[in-house]
Amino acid sequence: MSDDEFPSHAGTVIIGAGIVGNSLAYHLADQGRDDILLLDKGPLPDPGGSTGHASNFLMPVDHSKELTHLTQRSIEQYEEMDTFTNSGGIEVARTEERMEELKRRVQSAKAWGEPGRLLSVEEVEEMVPYLNTDILEGGFYSPGAGTCDPLRAGEVMRARADDATGGGLTVSPNTEVLDMHVENGAIQAVETDRGTVEADEVVIAAGLWSPKIAEMAGVDMPLTPAVHQMVSVGPISFFEDYEGEISFPVVRDMDTQMYERQHGNDLEVGSYQHRPILWDVEDVPSIEESPLSPTQPPLTEDAFAQSMADALEIVPELLDDPQAGVRHEIDGLLSVTPDGMPLLGPIQDVDGLWSCAAVWIKEAPAIGEAVAQWMTQGWSEIDVHASDINRFYQYGTSEEFVKNRAHEGFQKIYGIVHPAEQWQSSRPLRTSPFYSRQEELGARFFEAAGWERPQWFESNEDLLDTYDAELDGLLRENEWDARWWSPIILGEHLHMRDHVAMIGDMGFGKFDFVGSDVVEYLERMAVGRVDVDVGKAVYTPILAENGGFVSDLTMVRLGPDHYRVITGGADAGGDRAWFGSHIPDDADVTMIDRTESLCTLGVWGPDARNVVQSVTEEDVSHEAFPPYTAQEITVGEVDAWAIRLSYVGELGWEIYAPMGQGQRLWDTIAEAGEEYDIRPVGMGVYGTTGRIEKGYRLHGHELELEYTPAEAGLTFHGVKDAEFIGKEAYADALEGENAATLCTLSVDDHTAESGERRFMLGSEPILDGDGEVIVDDHGRESYVTSAGTGPSVGKHLLMAYLPPEHATEGASLQVEYMGDQYPVTVEVVGSRPLFDPENERIRS
Amino acid sequence: MNVLACIKRVPNTGAKIVLTDDNQRIDASNLGFTMSPHEECVIEEAIQQADAHGGSAHVLTLGPEEATEQLRTGLAMQADEASLLETDGSEWGPRATADAIANVVREMAEDGTEFDLLLLGNESADAANYQVGVRVARELGLPCVTGIKSLEVEGDTAIAGREIAGGEEIYEIDLPAVITVKEGINEPRYASMRAKMRARNMEIDRREPVGTAGAGSLEKVRLETPETDDSAAEILGEGPEAVPEIVEILESEVSVV
Repeated sequence: MSDDEFPSHAGTVIIGAGIVGNSLAYHLADQGRDDILLLDKGPLPDPGGSTGHASNFLMPVDHSKELTHLTQRSIEQYEEMDTFTNSGGIEVARTEERMEELKRRVQSAKAWGEPGRLLSVEEVEEMVPYLNTDILEGGFYSPGAGTCDPLRAGEVMRARADDATGGGLTVSPNTEVLDMHVENGAIQAVETDRGTVEADEVVIAAGLWSPKIAEMAGVDMPLTPAVHQMVSVGPISFFEDYEGEISFPVVRDMDTQMYERQHGNDLEVGSYQHRPILWDVEDVPSIEESPLSPTQPPLTEDAFAQSMADALEIVPELLDDPQAGVRHEIDGLLSVTPDGMPLLGPIQDVDGLWSCAAVWIKEAPAIGEAVAQWMTQGWSEIDVHASDINRFYQYGTSEEFVKNRAHEGFQKIYGIVHPAEQWQSSRPLRTSPFYSRQEELGARFFEAAGWERPQWFESNEDLLDTYDAELDGLLRENEWDARWWSPIILGEHLHMRDHVAMIGDMGFGKFDFVGSDVVEYLERMAVGRVDVDVGKAVYTPILAENGGFVSDLTMVRLGPDHYRVITGGADAGGDRAWFGSHIPDDADVTMIDRTESLCTLGVWGPDARNVVQSVTEEDVSHEAFPPYTAQEITVGEVDAWAIRLSYVGELGWEIYAPMGQGQRLWDTIAEAGEEYDIRPVGMGVYGTTGRIEKGYRLHGHELELEYTPAEAGLTFHGVKDAEFIGKEAYADALEGENAATLCTLSVDDHTAESGERRFMLGSEPILDGDGEVIVDDHGRESYVTSAGTGPSVGKHLLMAYLPPEHATEGASLQVEYMGDQYPVTVEVVGSRPLFDPENERIRS
Repeated sequence: MNVLACIKRVPNTGAKIVLTDDNQRIDASNLGFTMSPHEECVIEEAIQQADAHGGSAHVLTLGPEEATEQLRTGLAMQADEASLLETDGSEWGPRATADAIANVVREMAEDGTEFDLLLLGNESADAANYQVGVRVARELGLPCVTGIKSLEVEGDTAIAGREIAGGEEIYEIDLPAVITVKEGINEPRYASMRAKMRARNMEIDRREPVGTAGAGSLEKVRLETPETDDSAAEILGEGPEAVPEIVEILESEVSVV
């Protein structure tokens, strides 16, 4: 490990030597990169970023599977480096509402394979004798939690990286990046105050300084520094009898958004309850200008007042120790993103430039590993798509957006966040041309990738009367179950099945590919055969080399050398990056992003053809416009293009039109549909009720890197002759036995112990007859990937991967929801639709 | 025994000092404000002496509204009362400051609060004029010792110690007296969280200082930051192997040996 020679070239440059950069260096070295430069503007071992002032505890259980698995893996790594102390952790509840939330914590713990259980007040008191339990209702105990030493871990990882590369790691502290050289859309070199280093690939792991570095390369990173207030009180005589750093579980006082944890003879008190205090990265001082460190500015006292009162209430004895005082108090700066998740992956506008930022101590070792895998092999063992930096591409990178969302999201850090909870700030941001019409109809808008999409329409309330009998037993009486939901969705669904509905805009990503090599290129990208007749649509999985899902999407051949790829809005940024990065340098393939230029209106239901035909110049009969094909059509005055397919399992079309003619398209269809009582219908039908009855899978829910098409029941393409990414693993998966198969289950009885009828929302663990969480041979827990009511089948449906011993139609299992267990039945193994299994409607 | 602890709000000096563009002030936006280390000891000493002999510890500062932050730090350390001589933020020289302090001490005496001991820091951490304590003493006609690192009070007499090279000077001084102290006289306490909470809500006595900022004969032209030595430390070696190199340097460059 050389400290003094600054190289003129390096295979990989990692900017930032906090826990993230060190982890990346080690894992990249471990996976074969052998010429790595790790640099930081600060000194080592503590360069002055967030790593140096973190409270260093790891509570593994999160409602996000991705984060939980990353923390579990990080704990393993810290443990293996002898830098982890297993103290356990407790989230305490001051309110009944929080106790309910803690039941959901237990549920998530089970679903993600991490131990965890509820504690009575007496049990809390026994484990943490210094808490004022008079104010508590109980707690959630996470026995696997603990604390780590990230600076020591960094040293270990640097040494290992150097070993693994045979001395190929150069560490350059006190080295400030001055510029990033980008040419022809690719990173060329990093200019520093110690010299310029040419690089094949560069990773920005600079924590809250990352956007500043990215800006030098001409790209935006949606991240802002935000204050997390922290004080340390000591010496506390109570702790003198205990050796070591920590002898009691870390306590999270969830309702006050605070934590209290022993650190030697001190008690660290941290808070997320104070008003959000966001910093401009330009205002973060240099190392020389900082009394403590750049990320430890002085405590904003008035913001901390309520936190002090709350801390004194829950740990009065320790804090009132006559010897103890506030020895250290800071406004600790950390990185906050618009949705609270990290920013990982390739930055698509600059080849060779990667992001690994907004990562917490508790996930850093595993994220370093995952990003290193992503860089070296194109996929990671733990799917980190929810942290893909490209999810904000083209809409969510402005300073204003980042500031607004960070402000809003800061209060969710310890909050009780409903899985469907919507962001309120910076809206509406992306609107389709249908927006004003929908607003007039009382649309309740949900947001996806910045797009405003109606979830349901208040104007359809009358459908509740129409379908009163059908909805019996499907209405949600519990407030949590019914939050961000409306029974109108079910009425809209039934109306669509009986008559006709118009749905849009879905916010799809739309990418055209043109050029003489386009067939060859797309064949390589997709499982499905792409070299089809012009006008044909192909729904296909997109795989990584491991045979897991990168995406699933539709490709339509528009001409001999012209295809259109249509993908879900939430994944559009990531898919764009994936497709863009796989275009060979010498290939004649051009990608044209049509996302912002075309809108999409779905017209579906038994009367869809009547409606569309009445205003379309062309013949749209079954013979003239067969299913799974696309044609240009003229709807009224609007030059459109339509595909005959449906994610809700009905006859009809996705009609695409230029954004500028979108409102005209809406009006034309709405007027033509009056005769058939056409209704605008929301994404509640499109995304949940309609698709779940049809067994349609959704990327990020059912489809992930961690599952194969064989397991997902998407094997209808067989194995084509052409080479494609993931072919070998895919073929193997087809031949072997599935470790788990995606099934559709229905809830047999909704009655909770309290007598209330409850409806699962997703992410709940599936239990066997003995009440044990089901785990497959690969160690993957069975959990609800999607939940939703199927009004046409009269049941609440759940999707879950089940191992062979349970993947039997008719099998009885259980699902755990909010502390109770409910009987469920396996309805379908694989992708056969529960509703209209022969797809007669689509083909009618 | 009533003790007055005089303190000054100063920029935190634990990092590189950046000046404002007009070179008239320190840009403290990254530094934050604090009081001089000597003055933390002043407050601690005032509290200890008042506790030991009965009476109250009273913290006083001359400065802008923001200086209440430092007064509250004193209150959080368990001082009994605090007074602010509120300025508009302009810089008061040592003479003007001393006049204002002396004046408020007289005012308070008229109101019935007489101080037996007036404690100040030996010098402020920013301007370091070493003057205010002496000037206050002269103005009030009180005896004064400076640079004190030990202090005991017996009856009407204070026994104050000052470190000198190779020993200690001990002074006996009649009370009331002015004493300026140096860091090391005691170990200032950290305020407890509850005391900080209480201090937030305590009343602060606010007064107009008598005099004006510019009083005296000093005029500030501009501030300059001294040149810093940016050369990096060089590690010559570790353990006995380093000895020859060290000897060589001592011989050749420092001429000690």
